[in-house]
Amino acid sequence: MAEQRRGRDGRRPSQRQRIPTLAAPAQGWLGAHARCLIEALGRMHRRWVASLLTVFVIGITLALPTGLYVLVKNLDTLSTSWQGTVQASLYLDDDVSVERGRTLARRLDARDTIDGAEYVSAEEGLETFREASGFGDALDALPSNPLPAVVVVTPDADMTRAAVGELVDTLRGETGVARAELDQAWLERLFAILSLIERAAWVIGLLLSAAVVFIVGNTIRLDIENRREEIEVMKLLGASDAFIRRPFLYSGVWYGLSGAVVALILLGGCFVALAGPLGTLTRSYDGALDLVGLGWSGGFALLATGIALGWCGCALTVNRRLADIEPR
Amino acid sequence: MTDIVAFNHVVKRYPGGKMALDGVSLRLARGEMAFLTGHSGAGKSTLMKLIGLIERPTRGQVVINGTDLATVRRRQIPRYRQRLGLIFQSYNLLFDRTVFDNVALPLVIRGLGHADIARRVRAALDTVGLLSHERKFPVTLSGGEQQRVGIARAVVDRPYLLLADEPTGNLDPALSADIMRLFTRLNETGTSIMIATHAIDLVQRMGHRRIALDHGHLEAG
Ligand SMILES: Nc1ncnc2c1ncn2[C@@H]1O[C@H](COP(=O)(O)OP(=O)(O)OP(=O)(O)O)[C@@H](O)[C@H]1O
Ligand SMILES: [Mg+2]
Repeated sequence: MAEQRRGRDGRRPSQRQRIPTLAAPAQGWLGAHARCLIEALGRMHRRWVASLLTVFVIGITLALPTGLYVLVKNLDTLSTSWQGTVQASLYLDDDVSVERGRTLARRLDARDTIDGAEYVSAEEGLETFREASGFGDALDALPSNPLPAVVVVTPDADMTRAAVGELVDTLRGETGVARAELDQAWLERLFAILSLIERAAWVIGLLLSAAVVFIVGNTIRLDIENRREEIEVMKLLGASDAFIRRPFLYSGVWYGLSGAVVALILLGGCFVALAGPLGTLTRSYDGALDLVGLGWSGGFALLATGIALGWCGCALTVNRRLADIEPR
Repeated sequence: MTDIVAFNHVVKRYPGGKMALDGVSLRLARGEMAFLTGHSGAGKSTLMKLIGLIERPTRGQVVINGTDLATVRRRQIPRYRQRLGLIFQSYNLLFDRTVFDNVALPLVIRGLGHADIARRVRAALDTVGLLSHERKFPVTLSGGEQQRVGIARAVVDRPYLLLADEPTGNLDPALSADIMRLFTRLNETGTSIMIATHAIDLVQRMGHRRIALDHGHLEAG
């Protein structure tokens, strides 16, 4: 038999030497990885119920923080579109004259960060209040005007929340200003809540990412346990740890990737389900609000995150587990 | 250097305190075929595990193909094992793969290309007379056929040393003789072979060298 083989090889020596030296190494390496990728998929397919459950759990786990992130992104655009209407009221000291008040308003108006500043004297304020409130008679009964003069400041529309806050702080320091307040204190509170939700989204995202790592790690651990005998045989035949590890790492990648795809589908479903009521809300704002989804970059980031987490979950488990398995 | 296997005063004591090999010195020449015999518990499997680096000796020196195994580090074991052909009863075929894929495994591990693998696997299956069974799964084969697939897997990468631990363990005498003849043929192509077996009458009929172990001691050889 061996004789025959040698004879056959001998007949085509040039062909036999060219193939291994040039094509084979690259082809072999790529081919080996491609084979592992397919093989890992085949392994998952063979126990598809368990795999599907794992993938679903990963999908839900990934969908939660991502959904929260999209929510925060939408609330953010919502709040910036409201920010254009924010005004700050500077309540002037009683001894500030009308002339000095007007000068202050003109000076503030000239600033880059301020869109407009309007002086409202105590009398004008009272008049406006009388008309708006309908408390005319009651106000007449007062011995003196209880309202202070006010400079109403509209900050530049492009400013961030933090910058608006800083601006109000500096205005508080102007001479003649008794108090400075953002008109929409509730908006301030909304901003605070928003940043809280954003922070929470990050924390939840980190925790659930760790959960995905553990889920994948545990699945791979069971997988390795089920293949103990196969791994022992491979080691006996001279397989390196890296060789044995590769298909498991690819399983981890597949779990992470499919989990991310499931998460995208779940989020898409939520978006469609919420589109009706959100559309009504948007129309009530004259289309000033555009709903933002995850977008292409966000979607790809989610897929990449899934792959990375799957890889991590596997890498953290597989080395330790494989080292424990030796032929006896 | 002409010896493929050299044991120098090898002692193997298992963690439980059991003395499996007690000062064994032996040689197997390149191209030689020898049977390892002895009662159950004599230390046959232990001797083979030392060669396969599945166990390490407590004392003494094992030199295989000129390499002192004490110098082979854990990371180098895979590469070392790739050059051996191991047939252990407890390490059987992978039942979720075809006969072809089972035999191809050592070559896949070495990273050979498709065409090369197919050619060598077919040659090995031809040697053991199972070429027509390449697409089958191991469960559909008889015990003797499975054993021959295991042998094909062990020789597919042309090892310099073939170790077989009770390769005819639960086969009937006729099949056992078949398998032994197969080993003889492999030996004639130049492979050094060591076979542990209980089938003493078969060994005596074959007329090859016999290494007998008794309670961890070498008896004759
Ligand atoms: N892993 C182990 N731990 C402790 N003792 C062991 C271990 N493996 C083998 N032994 C002991 O070492 C002695 C030799 O065992 P070994 O397996 O080498 O015998 P053997 O000649 O192959 O026997 P058999 O013909 O039954 O296979 C036995 O007494 C056995 O109990
Ligand atoms: Mg034994």
